[in-house]
Amino acid sequence: MPIDPSYLGHSFASDTPYEVGREKIREFADAIGDPNPAYRDAEAAKALGHPDVIAPPTFPIVFTFAANLPLLAELGIELRNIVHGEQRFQYARPIRPGDRLACAVTVENVRPMAGDDFLTTRADISAADGEHVVSAWSTIIARPEPDAPEADSGEGR
Amino acid sequence: MTSHDVAAHDLEPGAQLPTQTFRVTRADLVRYAGASGDFNPIHWNERIATRVGLPNVIAHGMVTMALAARVVTDWAGDPAAVEEYGVRFAGPVVVPDDDTGAEVTVTGVVKRRLDDGRLQVDLTARSDGEKVLGRARAIVRIPT
Repeated sequence: MPIDPSYLGHSFASDTPYEVGREKIREFADAIGDPNPAYRDAEAAKALGHPDVIAPPTFPIVFTFAANLPLLAELGIELRNIVHGEQRFQYARPIRPGDRLACAVTVENVRPMAGDDFLTTRADISAADGEHVVSAWSTIIARPEPDAPEADSGEGR
Repeated sequence: MTSHDVAAHDLEPGAQLPTQTFRVTRADLVRYAGASGDFNPIHWNERIATRVGLPNVIAHGMVTMALAARVVTDWAGDPAAVEEYGVRFAGPVVVPDDDTGAEVTVTGVVKRRLDDGRLQVDLTARSDGEKVLGRARAIVRIPT
């Protein structure tokens, strides 16, 4: 089922800001297997000129992925039928613990290709004082649901 | 910058970044799903993955993207030197249900110096002989 092209330009924002936790940054760095002390040790980060630890470059996916989920639900796209096509980040400054980040998402492109749907969104992330922190462009490829047998969600089985 | 200095000759176009090889297991994907909030079952459930037409469980693209970023951030010293970073996911990293998992090898090269002094670094990532990232590029500001 092709995505309704009228979604192009559609914008939505999260109701509550995402508050960045020191331990969340550490957990994420552990999960990507990156031992860089700048993600864990405030003194190491200060030696690089930062006021506190910083988050890894791909950390914004934690809240931009979550911010995109309501759109996918609205479009009737199941997670199992999507693969990630492209991802890009443009950073104004690193993310730090205590940041309260607002995320505004805009649908930048919708295009069918060979039976799949390509959906590109831009997430603009700003701090509580309005300072722009990072923008993230995500392209997902939504594939048609396989015909049969009925796939289940895979959750909790 | 204090803790790490990239030698001047490493900043010229054509300079290679140190290549790194990473291993990704099913356990890594479960851990990443939990940390990132991306619980798409194609990254942990072989039954679902094969049903939707994938060869097996595949790694989150964002795992591969994070591994490739390591090559740049380890080289640059300060992760915040990376001002832009983008990739296209060219092929899946297929992660078998065993203890060794998949191998991802990432190489990087200084492609050019931009007018504003920042460096464009182009990355390649391969797994099982196949290219898994395309147009993988970071724009990096190395303090001088």
